[in-house]
This record gives sequence, C-alpha cells and structure tokens, in this order.
Amino acid sequence: MADVNRGNRPLSPHLMIYRPQLTSISSILVRITGNALIVAGTLIVWWLFAAATSAEYFAMADAVMTSWFGKLVMLGSIWALWYHTLGGVRHLIWDNAVALDIPTAEKLGWAVVVGSFVLTAITVAVL
Amino acid sequence: MRYLTDRKRATGTGSAKSGTAHFWAMKVSSVALLILIPLFVFTFGTIVGEDYATVTAYFSHPFPALIAALTLIVGFEHFQSGAQVLIEDYVHGLAQKITIILIKCISYGLMAMGLFAIAKLAL
Repeated sequence: MADVNRGNRPLSPHLMIYRPQLTSISSILVRITGNALIVAGTLIVWWLFAAATSAEYFAMADAVMTSWFGKLVMLGSIWALWYHTLGGVRHLIWDNAVALDIPTAEKLGWAVVVGSFVLTAITVAVL
Repeated sequence: MRYLTDRKRATGTGSAKSGTAHFWAMKVSSVALLILIPLFVFTFGTIVGEDYATVTAYFSHPFPALIAALTLIVGFEHFQSGAQVLIEDYVHGLAQKITIILIKCISYGLMAMGLFAIAKLAL
C-alpha cells in the first residue's frame, strides 16, 4: 500500500501563486535580515582586526566604516538586527504554541515591523 | 513483498532527521543574543568613529571587550546554524554540502579573527 502513487503525488501549489500577506512577508524578512547581517559582521571583525594591527591599518578600515557607504551598511544593519531580534522573539513566543491564530499573528507581525523602526530610531538617536 | 510496516520505512527518512538538537541550539543562542545584542550595540556603537588611541584604550576595559567577544562567539555560532538552514532549503546535492562547509569555515574564521583582535586589544 505504501508504494501507491509514489513519486506522482499531487504537490502543494507553488509559493508564488499566493497573494503576499503580512505573515509571509514578515517571516521571509526574518530570514533575509538574519543572513544579510554577515555583511555588518564581516565589516566589524575587519575593523577590530585593523585596530589590533596598527594605526595605519586602522585608519584605512575606519575610513571605510565611517564613509557614507559604511554608514549606510551600518544603518541598514541596525534595522536588520532589530527586525531579526523582534522576529526571533515572535518565534520564541510561537514555540510555546500560543498566539498562532491569524489576528494575533498579524498583530505580532505589525509589532515586529513597527518595533524594528522604533528601535532603529532610538539607536540612531542614542549613538 | 516486503514485510516492513509503513512506520518502519518512514523512520529516519524524513526531512527533519536530527532536527531537534539543531532547533534547540538555535533557541539557546537566540535567547543569549537577546541579552548580548543590546549590550553590544550600545557599547560598540559608542566607540565607532573615535580615533585610534580611544578605540584601543576602550577595548582594554573588561566590559566592552567581554561583551564584544561573547557577541562574536554566540552571534557567529547562531549565524552558521541559521545560514545552514537557508542553504538546506535552497541548495541541493553536492553543492549544498560544499556551501554548508564554506559558510561554516567563513563563520568560524571570522569569529576567530575577531576574538584574536579583541584579545590583542584587551591585553
């Protein structure tokens, strides 16, 4: 019986046929932001390594870090970091099998989106 | 005819396999990062943009050095774990194995490089 229709089963529809929803978009953004943080991580490690090497090397790394490009990467990464953090908290909540109904999940989605911008604004204001 | 039950045939062939250990490791590191990340952002953030002497002096203090070191350890551990899941979802076959090895080498390489730098600055 287990061999019936093996390899020729109906597959779930491709993701692209669904209308974008807050829950799906806020979920994929957690993955994108988390993985994109490798850019800031690499830049920070390089900056630290340069500081530990010499004043000349530090001057070079610091020029990149404080250039408009470096600042743009850091600003984007601060937002990505807070978004990923709040998205992670949402997952920690969901892991307890609570707040999984659609209205609550959508409220949490908005909380993550709005919260990430609020925390970014606070971070920029403080630093 | 094979005298195997469906249950027996399914065991160990699912996509999850040993997924619980990986899942739990992600949970533990994410909770640790929940504490470390705000501390790192507001210690590291204040020193970026300062001159060489100020930066080197700053990391000779235990608190910012320890926070930076812990954030690099737990952060890159969390990253390689999460990036592995990303690769497993979109890359398959031999390319998947190579990409996972590569991302783990990069993660632990950056972690080691950062820790070396902090140790040198701190001591």
